[in-house]
Amino acid sequence: MGHLFKEKKKRSGGSRLSCIAMIGPVVVWMLLFLLVPLLYVICISFLSKNSYGGAGLPVTLQGYLGMLQSEYGRIFLQSLWLSGKTTLICLLFGYPFAWIIAHAPKKWKPFLLLLLMLPFWINSMIRIYGWITLLRSQGVVNQMLMAAGLIQKPLDILYTDGAVLFGMVYDLLPFTVLPIYTSIEKLDHSLVEAAQDLGAGKWHVFTRVILPQTMPGIFAGSIQTFIPSLGLFYISDMMGGAKTMYIGNLIKNQFLSARNWPLGAALSIVLILITLMLMRLYTKVGSLDDMV
Amino acid sequence: MEEGRKKTIVKLIQVEKSFGQTDVVKKLSLEVGAGEFLTLLGPSGCGKTTTLRMIAGFEQANGGRIELEGVDVANLPPNARNVNTVFQNYALFPHMNVADNVAFGLVEKKVKKPEIKKRVSEMLRLVQLEGMEKRMPSELSGGQKQRVAIARALVNEPKVLLLDEPLGALDLKLRRQMQIELKHLQRRLGITFIYVTHDQEEALTMSDRIAVMNGGMLEQVGTPEEIYNHPRTRFVADFIGESNIMEGVVKETKQGDWQLYMDCGSVLLSQEEGCRPGELHYVCIRPEKLKVSAAPVEGFSIPVQVVEHVFIGSQIRTIVKTTDGKKYKISSPPDGTLLPAESQGFLYWKSGNAVLLPDDEQDGAPLEKGEDAFAIEGGEAGGSLV
Repeated sequence: MGHLFKEKKKRSGGSRLSCIAMIGPVVVWMLLFLLVPLLYVICISFLSKNSYGGAGLPVTLQGYLGMLQSEYGRIFLQSLWLSGKTTLICLLFGYPFAWIIAHAPKKWKPFLLLLLMLPFWINSMIRIYGWITLLRSQGVVNQMLMAAGLIQKPLDILYTDGAVLFGMVYDLLPFTVLPIYTSIEKLDHSLVEAAQDLGAGKWHVFTRVILPQTMPGIFAGSIQTFIPSLGLFYISDMMGGAKTMYIGNLIKNQFLSARNWPLGAALSIVLILITLMLMRLYTKVGSLDDMV
Repeated sequence: MEEGRKKTIVKLIQVEKSFGQTDVVKKLSLEVGAGEFLTLLGPSGCGKTTTLRMIAGFEQANGGRIELEGVDVANLPPNARNVNTVFQNYALFPHMNVADNVAFGLVEKKVKKPEIKKRVSEMLRLVQLEGMEKRMPSELSGGQKQRVAIARALVNEPKVLLLDEPLGALDLKLRRQMQIELKHLQRRLGITFIYVTHDQEEALTMSDRIAVMNGGMLEQVGTPEEIYNHPRTRFVADFIGESNIMEGVVKETKQGDWQLYMDCGSVLLSQEEGCRPGELHYVCIRPEKLKVSAAPVEGFSIPVQVVEHVFIGSQIRTIVKTTDGKKYKISSPPDGTLLPAESQGFLYWKSGNAVLLPDDEQDGAPLEKGEDAFAIEGGEAGGSLV
């Protein structure tokens, strides 16, 4: 008995060691690169600004109080509005896109998914530079349109709010498509047949069965588009010419040009809180879906 | 037969279906009368579900005609056909509660709300699910889901209800109970049921008529009694219930009688009809009709050795071995006298209890004897009785 017990204990000790070996590096990584910086940002948000950047004592609420300026509220609303538009457009294009991939012949599916994922392999900023080359006033698009005689002088495509919206949609579309694709793929085809059998035409099959059944995918896709779009600053910088200010730019500016670290940190914290609230909503709906 | 009196409601004429290179349904003709309970029975892959799906409109036939109430439905989508389906996996809408599931078809027909409510609750009472209106499908047991699926289809008052192995996922006891309930429901409502199953017992229990399918073709159509007692092909004899099948060649004896010669012995045939001298024939006989005696019986010359007796409650199962080493099954009531195991005996059966079938399966046209697959001319339509 004693021998058996010892062996069992040894084995459980071994599993604890391997457990630590596996989880340990991840924990260290998260501590060093997620928790510590986060705590640092929280600390800074409660400090006062130094004249040449950085932050120092005394502890104040200056950073948070500074946010109460009406201008910043407007920027927050502008950002939410842009992210909302981006998400909506991504959904409108992403749903049919996901539908086509999910219903493509089996041998085509991996290829189509690869095409969707391919842009991820190239740095997003480089791809945006690519678009700038295409869209600027002396760019490929304008030159082609002028050569075709469709326009007399170059169109102002780049450095407009429309260009920013376009860049955001372009950058985030795959994040919308993938979850929707998964939920369409999971859709039980016999439900579609059952709806047809019970007299539903194409539109009603879609609105009464397919849409509610793929709602989790639509929701996940929206969240996965909306949240990153709030923080994207380089697209509005590069394609919008930094004419319109969004949260991302605002935060970046506080750290790099305005030298108001506490304000930048406070803005970051608020942005993180908004994101967490959205995530909470997401998991709530997600678990609701499991229940159904 | 009865079909003459009943109005035909579903008519399949030479219907064909293939997926790619595979022919799934081959020139299938079948008529189903109003109010009839017809079962499509066959092993998996025999084309029975495909046939059902063609009637529902989920699959397009490659050839032939499908008529519902005399109208060719080739170009009608499923939602325009007055038939409803009960799916194998129920296919209840997971995002709707029981009442909304049942009401789905009525909402599509734009029935007024109070009327929908009334009909839904009536239908739920009929399938014994009163008070379950607000439950979600995930909160129901298999049997309850099945009832919702049936209610959802029947509430539309279809001309024909198509059921695709609806009891396949239920346990045996519940399945037996639902079989009886479904049969009663069908009688009460008078709706035509076309029922797909691979379970021969289920088919025998529930059906007015059974259409046995194999390899995309109809093997035999008839009442459960006809199918069981007078199988027309070897496949039917083998698939429905248990059968002992012996093969032999029919020859004429010096006395002018017909005799079937097998590897294990010979039998004098009481009927010459349906025999073709010199050709291979099969004798199919149910275990309960096969007997063994200690002394030779006139006309039979099949010596056997009794291998063992197995008591299975209501019956005693005896295994016998013929001289060519093949084993056959005999069922007998437990109160009879039995030859002891290891003893020698002789097989026999009462005249008329076995079916003699010519070996026509190689022709691939077992149905040519009766020109219409659905016209059953009584017992003699099958093989001749021996």
